[in-house]
Amino acid sequence: MPDSLNKNDVILEVRDLTMRFGKLDVLKGVNTVVRRGEVIVVIGASGAGKSTFLRCLNRLEMPSSGDILFEGESVVHAGRNLNALRERIGMVFQQFNLFNNLNVLDNITLAPTLVKKADKAKAEEEARALLRRVGLEDKASAFPAQLSGGQRQRIAIVRALAMHPDVMLFDEPTSALDPEMVGEVLDVMQRLAADGMTMVVVSHEMGFARKVANRILFMEDGVIAEDGSPEQIFEHPKSERLREFLSKVLH
Amino acid sequence: MELNFSFLGKYWPMFIRGAGTTLILSVFTVVIGLIVGIVLALMRLGKFKPISLISAAYTEFIRGTPLMVQIFFIFYALPQMGLKIPQITGLGFDFPRFASGILAMGLNSAAYVGEIVRAGIQAVDKGQTEAARSLGMTGWQTMRHVVLPQAFKNILPALGNEFVTVIKESSIVMTIGITELMFNTSQVYSSSFRYFESLIICALVYFVMTFTTSRLLGVMERRMKRSA
Repeated sequence: MPDSLNKNDVILEVRDLTMRFGKLDVLKGVNTVVRRGEVIVVIGASGAGKSTFLRCLNRLEMPSSGDILFEGESVVHAGRNLNALRERIGMVFQQFNLFNNLNVLDNITLAPTLVKKADKAKAEEEARALLRRVGLEDKASAFPAQLSGGQRQRIAIVRALAMHPDVMLFDEPTSALDPEMVGEVLDVMQRLAADGMTMVVVSHEMGFARKVANRILFMEDGVIAEDGSPEQIFEHPKSERLREFLSKVLH
Repeated sequence: MELNFSFLGKYWPMFIRGAGTTLILSVFTVVIGLIVGIVLALMRLGKFKPISLISAAYTEFIRGTPLMVQIFFIFYALPQMGLKIPQITGLGFDFPRFASGILAMGLNSAAYVGEIVRAGIQAVDKGQTEAARSLGMTGWQTMRHVVLPQAFKNILPALGNEFVTVIKESSIVMTIGITELMFNTSQVYSSSFRYFESLIICALVYFVMTFTTSRLLGVMERRMKRSA
């Protein structure tokens, strides 16, 4: 993204974010901005703090210090306002986390009807339209336990989209999937990116990162060690650490 | 030794009425136990420490003292302090007596059910809560629509056992003169002097109630498993 974009395009701003679990410093001062329409893929070895960083963005983890601004409003210091912010920050989990007690349609319509007080019939109509987009309209009345991992993850994406979020966070969305199902989930994400959704994706899928991302963050030891376009990161890595990481994951 | 069941011709309605009272008593006890138990579990799991401690203390105290002491406390001790359950006339039974029994049994059962519910809530995967909260749902909405329904499914077998236990333990309220199955049985054998036969009948009636209950709950469990 060119620097000429004005300040209003910044959707998330992360300032000096740190996170301590007991004696362990997981994040040691993360600074970055996410602009509207950007697709950011966060890469790095396990334990680098990628997931913790992502989970701080909607405060599933409470950072130890620093701040996150969502369209100028603090997520870290949000009191009662936190739920209103979370409505606009969609999240997709590694383990899908579909509500086991509800069928697919109810999974998708629960939050819109409860949180946004959407009309039940309208919410269902929209849910079916979204299911059609991911090719799962015939699964509306199935329960999560009856679905494959790939189907569950596509529905988890639809569930988040039904809230009309401004940004979508993906926490290793394909890591728990059998290899043959990774493609169907990445396809959905790629189409979402093409539609202009702002996305922050923690992933080990380098092919996806190279093809879909317009920015890549390489995290190492609790900080963002490199930040650049896919071309910069994959073709011209600056640090020895990144070169090492890439040589390990690209084979 | 000879068995003689001819007294049943005269006394069988006593067993039926007693069993009916036992069942009504047990249903009310379990309902109170479940409602108060859920409240205790939520208090215990909440972030506010003093409330959590109150719940823990209640549970420990109730479980650490005899049910009979608790029943006598509510039936005899509280009225002495002026805390009387008012008589409601026209019901055809002694309301304060019956209500004291149900209240004591219910508050006792709640301490056990609270622990069952707590374990059931804790067994629900944390990811379910995270997903709900990330969609902007409040803590209570998450509890009500996502966590509790799944917890309830987890704990249904344990709740069924609690219901069976309550049916059996309700025999203790005969000590405050509630005319349930055990009380009525004692009436029958003291007028007919057929102790052996009366108690055999009494045990059989209890068994029919507990066995039927556990079978019905088994069916319900299988249904719920199929639905999800």
